Amino acid sequence: MFRSVMAGLKEQADMTVYVNGVETPAWDGETVASILLRVPNVGRQTPVSGETRLPYCQMGVCFECLAVVDGVPSVQGCLMPLKDGMRIERQRGRREVGQ
Amino acid sequence: MSYDVVVIGAGPAGMAAAVQLAKLGISVCVVDEQPAPGGQIWRGVERNATSPVFKALGEDYQKGSSATAAFHAAGIDYQPAAQVWQIEDGWKVFLTAEGKSRCITAKAILLANGAQERPVPFAGWTLPGVMTVGAAQILLKSGGMLPEGDVWIAGAGPLPLLYATQLLELGGKVAGYIDTSQKPSLKALSHLPAAWRDFPGLMKGLRWIWKLRRSGKLVRNTRNLRATGDGQLRQIEWESNGKTRKRDVGVLLVHEGVVPRIHETMALGCDHDWNDQQKYFAPRVDQWGETSRKGIFVAGDAGGIGGWKVATVSGEIAGLGIARFLNIGIDAEKLRREAALDDGRKRAMALRPLLDALYTPPQTPIADDVVVCRCEEVTAGRIREAARASAPDVGAVKAATRCGMGPCQGRQCGYSVQALVAEVNNLPVGDVRFFNIRPPLKPVTLGEIATLQDVEA
Amino acid sequence: MDADIIVIGAGVVGAALAFGLARDGYKVKVLDGKNRDLRAARANFGLVWVQGKGADAPAYRRLTHQSAELWPRFCDELANTAQVQVDYANPGGFHYCLGDAEFENRAALAERINSTAKTPEIDMLSRQDLEKMVPAASFGPEVTGASYCRLDGHVNPLQLLDALHKGIAAQGGSVLFRHPVSDVKPLATGFAVNGPAGTLTARYVIIAAGLGTPDLANSHDMDVQISTTRGQILVTERLDPFLPFPASGLRQTAEGTVMIGATQEHTSDRGVSVGSATTLARRATRIIPALASVRLVRQWSGFRILPPDGSPIYAQSKSAPGLFAAVCHSGVTLAAAHAAIVGPAMINGRLDSELSDFSDGRFHV
Ligand SMILES: Cc1cc2nc3c(=O)[nH]c(=O)nc-3n(C[C@H](O)[C@H](O)[C@H](O)COP(=O)(O)OP(=O)(O)OC[C@H]3O[C@@H](n4cnc5c(N)ncnc54)[C@H](O)[C@@H]3O)c2cc1C
Ligand code: FES
Repeated sequence: MFRSVMAGLKEQADMTVYVNGVETPAWDGETVASILLRVPNVGRQTPVSGETRLPYCQMGVCFECLAVVDGVPSVQGCLMPLKDGMRIERQRGRREVGQ
Repeated sequence: MSYDVVVIGAGPAGMAAAVQLAKLGISVCVVDEQPAPGGQIWRGVERNATSPVFKALGEDYQKGSSATAAFHAAGIDYQPAAQVWQIEDGWKVFLTAEGKSRCITAKAILLANGAQERPVPFAGWTLPGVMTVGAAQILLKSGGMLPEGDVWIAGAGPLPLLYATQLLELGGKVAGYIDTSQKPSLKALSHLPAAWRDFPGLMKGLRWIWKLRRSGKLVRNTRNLRATGDGQLRQIEWESNGKTRKRDVGVLLVHEGVVPRIHETMALGCDHDWNDQQKYFAPRVDQWGETSRKGIFVAGDAGGIGGWKVATVSGEIAGLGIARFLNIGIDAEKLRREAALDDGRKRAMALRPLLDALYTPPQTPIADDVVVCRCEEVTAGRIREAARASAPDVGAVKAATRCGMGPCQGRQCGYSVQALVAEVNNLPVGDVRFFNIRPPLKPVTLGEIATLQDVEA
Repeated sequence: MDADIIVIGAGVVGAALAFGLARDGYKVKVLDGKNRDLRAARANFGLVWVQGKGADAPAYRRLTHQSAELWPRFCDELANTAQVQVDYANPGGFHYCLGDAEFENRAALAERINSTAKTPEIDMLSRQDLEKMVPAASFGPEVTGASYCRLDGHVNPLQLLDALHKGIAAQGGSVLFRHPVSDVKPLATGFAVNGPAGTLTARYVIIAAGLGTPDLANSHDMDVQISTTRGQILVTERLDPFLPFPASGLRQTAEGTVMIGATQEHTSDRGVSVGSATTLARRATRIIPALASVRLVRQWSGFRILPPDGSPIYAQSKSAPGLFAAVCHSGVTLAAAHAAIVGPAMINGRLDSELSDFSDGRFHV
């Protein structure tokens, strides 16, 4: 749905992150929320009906960008800059409490 | 940690205030949930200075470079990527950063936490593919992200126009633009002479419109915009001249103005006033930016929408106001006069009455099947039903429907619920109170709370 | 007359009394106060709780048992009448014990209660028992076990209140919001109920106005004594179901949120404090450490309605018979009894014969 202008300008991505396990190139300045908009099927599923949502506001006030980041659930993706090697997983509905 | 002042928000207002305070020798800590200073308008300005998007973002954006440079040069304690989740009396500020919470104390607090876009529910607004114009602009500023496919914009106000021009400049495309603003009223036009005082600002607005007209379609006088698709936005439809129009779309960006962030001031119990023209609450402040609670100050958009120039001046004024409050032996009135801050504010405000009169929030009733509370998925119909069965009280409606109980804590549905309760009870919207805001201001883990040090039960 | 019975207070006590009386065919009107009034009915924890209640007050214990037993049917009837969902479950409930001392104290209480019961009311569960009953949670190292009572359950208190209000209306009664009452005046027959929203008359009046009850009742020769404590509650984001049993102070709701509470504080401040959140979060994460990663979404406080000896007060005015007062702490637990037993006892003149243990006269000996 979105692409980075950098993709056409730079030869190499600035970093690599893992989205649901898949290696994904990423650019400086990107957040977890921007990755959710670039990669299909990682938007959170609501804990109410289970429907899929994608980041809506990018300024910390809608909570549609929740994701599991490096194992930590319910992270607000739009406030979390990407880091090389970061693992991002889809937040699925009502999450499980780790054993 | 203990400071004279904690400033929440490193946007134009917070930075200007912090610089002012530091100059007067007052110890200050600035906290912001973003990873870098600049606030909404200057998101990522430091990093973008060397980026190809920098030029396209325009002059106002580029001015952020000097503001952030001055901020860094002032030697201020700055805590980025930190969310304030609770403020307690005696001014204890609880914040979380990197998964750990702590408390800092201060004699005064400045809330310079800015604005959020006004949420306007319509059918399909929760579909992936629909987001706000502000969100798209932030994506542009933080990674150079451009929307792909058929991009439609629907909304009113200067922001969609600005974003469209930025997008076109970077090689993006706008497939269509639905202008939802009302026809300018005589009242709006009567503000024109004052607006001329801010001549460069006005010219910029006109240039945006010209560029847009040349580049794509402009649709006006529409009703009942809907976004449709099965789990993903596919089409938009609207009515115009009695006919239903449909278009295939990839991305729909919406915008109906911005409103102050009031959860913090509401939770602190500050008095608020209802702005009936722009349909929002704003904390009531005195001429120094102090709220009804002694030691709690507000500057920038958090106190009422004014734009970044007003935010900067109001930050400087609040800085002086706080110095006055702390009684450090300065003549705040004199400094205020010498810096001609009130003239500066007047100039920066010149365009505002025109904008406010031109772009009033939409007043069309929300259809029953539209989801109003995104978090708990509560429709307008259920909210109306609950409102009919209870007192004219958003609290009762919240209790009956769970609207406003999700993680966003009513930031998306608050004004809509208020409007629906008013509608059902036939009351002016401003006569209905806002949600009772309960802590935490942002969801925080139980582990962080459990491991807080030195708190008394 | 505007109604057979006016109930002052549309909280969970007034509404349950009114619901039961409306079902019995009386024309009831329920008057509720201002928007910003204290409302324990909206702030409570939602337990339908038997264990430990009235350990030294047999009549209260009996009424609590009766209510818990009536609850399943009461809830069905309520949901059907009101046509709304009421999430209620009664799988039995726990009281978790941390460390050996807590376990021993609890065991002693259980034994004291069981020794006076026909059938044992409380079982002590070992840590191993707990682990078998709650396979999806892993308990902290300090958890030594729990007491368990099969009669315990929990309900969504907000749905309960909403259902009571709708149920009253569905049976021909009405709830008038923003109708604060300033005083009640006896008439030749019946009463006039006065307030800024106007005057209404009825044959009987029941004051069930929570903390506002003494002000309205005690000028009519009643002696309703109550004190209060503040209770703070935490609620988390929604989680996959993992706690099948409610516990005192820790339960997972049907929506999936986890509620943690409640503190006991002597203050009149309506706010909440981080200090209390810390206290509550510490105990919860000692019981189930994985809760540490769960996000707190909301914290609120409410004020308990506490008669001096803990038992409910059901009183009738001696100078103006037909005027009643009802206050209690556990209005959710007692809702079924209020609807089926207490309301009818008041109106049918059986308060003295059936519920004399709860009279206001007990305070001046
Ligand atoms: C999307 C968007 C685009 C805009 N574009 C333009 C434009 O092009 N030109 C223009 O003149 N105006 C624009 N505006 C308006 C302009 O951004 C504001 O007038 C200006 O930024 C206000 O400055 P401020 O300092 O009051 O708030 P902000 O710039 O919003 O800064 C507030 C800061 O507070 C932080 N914050 C909030 N809550 C917390 C918390 N609990 N804990 C920690 N930190 C917190 C936020 O992260 C933010 O960084 C735009 C507004 C928006 C929303
Ligand atoms: S996108 Fe709205 S909170 Fe992150």
